[in-house]
Amino acid sequence: MVTRRVFFKSGATAMLSLGFAPSFLGRAAAAVAARRKLVIAIFQRGAADGLNMVVPYGESEYYRLRPTIAIPRPGGNRGESVIDLDGFFGLHPAMASLTPLWSNGSLAVVHACGSPDSTRSHFDAQDYMESATPGVKSTGDGWLNRCLQVSSAERDPLRGVALARTMPRSLQGVAPALAFGSLDEFDVRGPAGTKFEAEYAHSSDLMLGTAASDAFAAMRTLRQVAGTPYRPAQGVTYPPTPFGRSLQEIARLAKADVGLEVAFTELGNWDHHVNEGAAKGQIATRLSEFSNGLAALASDLGDRLADTLIVTMSEFGRAVAENGNGGTDHGHGNAMMIIGGGVRGGVHGTWPGLAPEHRFEGRDLAVTTDFRDVFGEIVVGHLGAPRASLAKIFPGHVVKSTPGALRA
Amino acid sequence: MAALTALPTASIHGAAPVQDDPATVAHVLNRLTFGPRAGDVDRAREMGLQAWVDRQLHPEKIDDGAVDARLLPLASAPDSAEPKELRRFARRQVVTLGANKIVREVYSERQLQEVLVDFWFNHFNVYAGKGRTAQFLPEYESDVIRPHVLGRFRDLLEATAKSPAMLMYLDNWRSTAPDAIRGARLGLRAQNAKRPRGLNENYGRELLELHTLGVNGGYTQQDVVEVARAFTGWTIDRAGQFRFVRAVHDRGDVVVLGHRIAAGGIEQGERVLDILASHPSTAHHIAFALAQQLVSDDPSPALVDRAAARFTATNGDLREVVRTIVTAPEFLAPATRGAKFKTPLEFVVSALRATGADVHDGRPFVQALQELGEPPFMCQPPTGYRNTAETWVSAGGLVNRMNLATRLTSGAMRVVTLPDGAGDPEALALRLGSPEFQRR
Repeated sequence: MVTRRVFFKSGATAMLSLGFAPSFLGRAAAAVAARRKLVIAIFQRGAADGLNMVVPYGESEYYRLRPTIAIPRPGGNRGESVIDLDGFFGLHPAMASLTPLWSNGSLAVVHACGSPDSTRSHFDAQDYMESATPGVKSTGDGWLNRCLQVSSAERDPLRGVALARTMPRSLQGVAPALAFGSLDEFDVRGPAGTKFEAEYAHSSDLMLGTAASDAFAAMRTLRQVAGTPYRPAQGVTYPPTPFGRSLQEIARLAKADVGLEVAFTELGNWDHHVNEGAAKGQIATRLSEFSNGLAALASDLGDRLADTLIVTMSEFGRAVAENGNGGTDHGHGNAMMIIGGGVRGGVHGTWPGLAPEHRFEGRDLAVTTDFRDVFGEIVVGHLGAPRASLAKIFPGHVVKSTPGALRA
Repeated sequence: MAALTALPTASIHGAAPVQDDPATVAHVLNRLTFGPRAGDVDRAREMGLQAWVDRQLHPEKIDDGAVDARLLPLASAPDSAEPKELRRFARRQVVTLGANKIVREVYSERQLQEVLVDFWFNHFNVYAGKGRTAQFLPEYESDVIRPHVLGRFRDLLEATAKSPAMLMYLDNWRSTAPDAIRGARLGLRAQNAKRPRGLNENYGRELLELHTLGVNGGYTQQDVVEVARAFTGWTIDRAGQFRFVRAVHDRGDVVVLGHRIAAGGIEQGERVLDILASHPSTAHHIAFALAQQLVSDDPSPALVDRAAARFTATNGDLREVVRTIVTAPEFLAPATRGAKFKTPLEFVVSALRATGADVHDGRPFVQALQELGEPPFMCQPPTGYRNTAETWVSAGGLVNRMNLATRLTSGAMRVVTLPDGAGDPEALALRLGSPEFQRR
């Protein structure tokens, strides 16, 4: 366990991979119809239990502190025990649909990852993660919006799309972006359409005028996409849930080459204070929808997965010990997953151990990787942003080393 | 009318003499009601704006019998604790209650009360999708929230703390002392019942962070644990009522924000509520939240400080805090007009009021709110729905509002009859979908 404390799966040299990616400058010029690098951010709202998602089954403390909700070590019945990843960590059995991605090296996990801020407030922690400025509430925009601001000055709202009924904090900001529930409902029907457009165009209300102008511009492009019913790739079935449908819409947009650079969607209901369950139960149901969705998205994207990174996040983790109700209370460190073509498969980061003296405030998984270092690696290594832009995207933070979850 | 003379004008520090010009009256109606109906501005001017405001501050004096006749009857809860059946019941219940909420907001004469019911419901949010919360919702709205929105904060706080809806939603009903007697039973049968045997921090944390002090209100993780211990044994009995079960209550002293509260029974939690309700951080947090609802997304610190001072001086009399805010120069300033972007609920209800629509069935508007991102009673996080522009302004949201404006006015919705003389449908749609109508 002590050796595990200094266990670096990928080596600290990963930090050297930060640098100019030549593709970045070229891409701004070829804005039209070209395949772009795409980041799909998925937020697990409510603080998912990372310790039951990517299980440190090599830790005896994990089993000692979770007598009723621990996932049994690998080797038990299929579907009832951990799916081994590397001899120490393993996936929750409900996440079996991700094993092909693990086997072909397209799935990376950064464990013991999170925020330097100690808040256990859902709202604050989500805000800090989406603004990527932990502890600072005055930040006006989200990190994904700042990615768009840095990558190009082009005013095209289809560069950033959230499949969500409200604009998530991550995408709020001066760069145009869209939020809608589905492609098909994003259209103004009836003869009033052009009149509404004129009404907003002539309005002195800058905030609403701008939002409407982005909406009408995007609508013209999307009518061509929405005109034909979408069929996922052969054999791909998304979960029949709002989350599944959102992922399918993202794939649809990605394949339509409308210029998508960042996409966002979310899955809630992870706040399992009561009856969390172990291999079966509430968290298993949630993880199954989550993983089946991710697996379907990855297959549906097909060869486009090479240009895509899917990154998952949750505001904080949950306490190491289960509580009095077979659930877990708010904790600290968590696990992020990255799926895509440029990924270096494996479990990354420094594992702090679960022994009392290694826990955060004596109770939670400690954070050894700042989530902004994971974001930073994605921004530079995948989106190809210049290293100098990191100071703008992550104000107040120096992205000093990265977990090495991407191939150099 | 005694109430008229009792209305503070120059008597309260910072209060401006209230003008009765149409623009001011329209502004006040936009904030203290779910939007003016045709003729409302003239009627309020006839009454005198101050008298109108005072009348709204005393809803008990306003006859509101007519609205009850428009409400749908509620189904009774299933006996079974079978999760599938509970979910089915919850879905039906939530649509019926949502429709009743919308209809009440459209037709109630006690408009300020209903604006505040929505505000305080979100402040003390519960989510209908969790466990049996849906079955406790009707009384949560009618007995816990509504009677207290212009009363004392301490009463409202205790009513929520002892409400089955909150006890269920934030898990306190099954939080017990860590060493509670193994055999001790809580009243309500748990789904997949495992006997509870320990502390659950969920309510304790949200009580401090959201309900009272605010996230920067000066509490620690240890305070969360101590508060949670004080509320052990606050649970729900088999009849679905609040009950204190001493057998599972923590038997130690607790120390909350530096106050030692000796071991005991239910009074330990009640003492915590006293401490929290009278704390300066709570005064500030509540004053800020009300000013943000009534004035602007970013209310002036001076106004918030005055409202907080009023909160403290009156022992948390919410009527007086609201009165301080709505008679403040910051509230009446021309720059404040139209400064708030309507939430989806405010948009839908104000559109129905503006058109003078006769709504035979509110349920399709529950669906509309689902599409707009604000389905009633279905906000999962304990923060409740927010009322700021950054939350609700989006391209998709505007498109949905334009489409709803068109649908509502075109005669396509059979649940709605527009009055004769409502005017050209397209012109009406363009008005309801306009940038100006999205603001209040």
